[in-house]
Amino acid sequence: MAQTGEYEGVVLDEQTVLTVTELTHVCGISLEQVRCMVGEGILHPRGQRPEQWRFSGLEVRRTRRAIRLQRDLELNLAGAALALDLLEEIERLRRRLDCLEQHMSSPRDIDGL
Amino acid sequence: MQYKDYYAALGVGRDASTEEIKRAYRRLARQYHPDVSKAADAEARFKEINEAHAVLKDPTRRAEYDALGTGWRAGDEFRPGSSAGPASSQRPGAGQYEFSPEEAAAFSDFFSSLFGGRGAGHPGHAGADDLFSRRGADQAARVQITLEDAYRGATRQLRLEVPEIGADGRMGMRARTLNVRIPAGITEGQQIRLAGQGGPGLGGKGEPGDLYLEVTFAPHPQFRSEGRDIHLRLPLAPWEAALGATVPVSTLGGTVNLRIPANAQGNQRLRLKGRGLPGSGSGSGQPAGDCIVQLEIVNPPADTAADRQVWQDLAARFPGFDPRAGFRG
Repeated sequence: MAQTGEYEGVVLDEQTVLTVTELTHVCGISLEQVRCMVGEGILHPRGQRPEQWRFSGLEVRRTRRAIRLQRDLELNLAGAALALDLLEEIERLRRRLDCLEQHMSSPRDIDGL
Repeated sequence: MQYKDYYAALGVGRDASTEEIKRAYRRLARQYHPDVSKAADAEARFKEINEAHAVLKDPTRRAEYDALGTGWRAGDEFRPGSSAGPASSQRPGAGQYEFSPEEAAAFSDFFSSLFGGRGAGHPGHAGADDLFSRRGADQAARVQITLEDAYRGATRQLRLEVPEIGADGRMGMRARTLNVRIPAGITEGQQIRLAGQGGPGLGGKGEPGDLYLEVTFAPHPQFRSEGRDIHLRLPLAPWEAALGATVPVSTLGGTVNLRIPANAQGNQRLRLKGRGLPGSGSGSGQPAGDCIVQLEIVNPPADTAADRQVWQDLAARFPGFDPRAGFRG
């Protein structure tokens, strides 16, 4: 069954701003879970108190990933935070490597003396 | 439907202890978790591993699965109630398990036929529909676009398998086509959230889940992206690098005449400000990325005596030139 029409989603980038209520709704988690993730340094909202917190769209991905890692791999929050940081670092390095590798040709064997 | 070999999925023998099963599951889950693995089939593998674990970790379910017999091989055509193995299938009474239709749908038909669809109608839980109301599952999908699409924006048609509650109250999968607008300036790995386009809600008041689209870029012959910056390599003749030149360079936004300064060197990088992927939001948003051009000096062939003479003249002209100054050590 085909469905027609064009959907325009929300790009979860730096531009998208969410309140803590929106984040809990989007990610299906409790305020307490968000508090713990902020406390663990997984999320870095702008603003002091929870009602002033503003999260970027990128943090939706982080939150959902942190929840999945905890649930599926039975990690505690600190373990999930570490995994998340390392995964993001790997992704960043992979892209970097990809940019650098295009400048290199494959080595050709030659004789040295 | 196909028979699933849960022991093979976890790489353990049929006599594996609960401890061995758990260990195998943990190891494979770390390896194939879709958030960790870059393998194309990670999602499917992880689902298989999870399904196998859900059955084998539970002694009752494991016994019921084992009762199907050992005559099966993965992929064999399986009909519920049939038995190909030496032991005949003695199914314990229905209604013992508490898999929700949602969980059963996440697993295979084979799983559902053995254990699924018995939770929702459980007599002990009879009650108003909305007592069971649950938000539908979020779904994730990847969409690959070209860098040109990312620059200009594009509409992509997606084909998704979405869970659906059939007339019989069971969850099944249904193919669905969706046209999604991908805005200009999206970067690799970014997600687009389509609210309410995920799995259907359950019960009377369950809202549908959301659909998360992760954008990936198809490899480009000339360009690589890093965030909003675009990297490319520009070949130059030695005299263009030495004397300076104006060289046409194709960027995502069209051809730009790039002025190469005199005395340019190989591996030098020049930045074309704002010539990368466009920024997001207008005005105060993220600025557009840059186009970073790495210079590469390409020598003409020195095949004839006359060609070689030109290079020898060049060498004679720069007797003190040491390209490896500062290199030794």
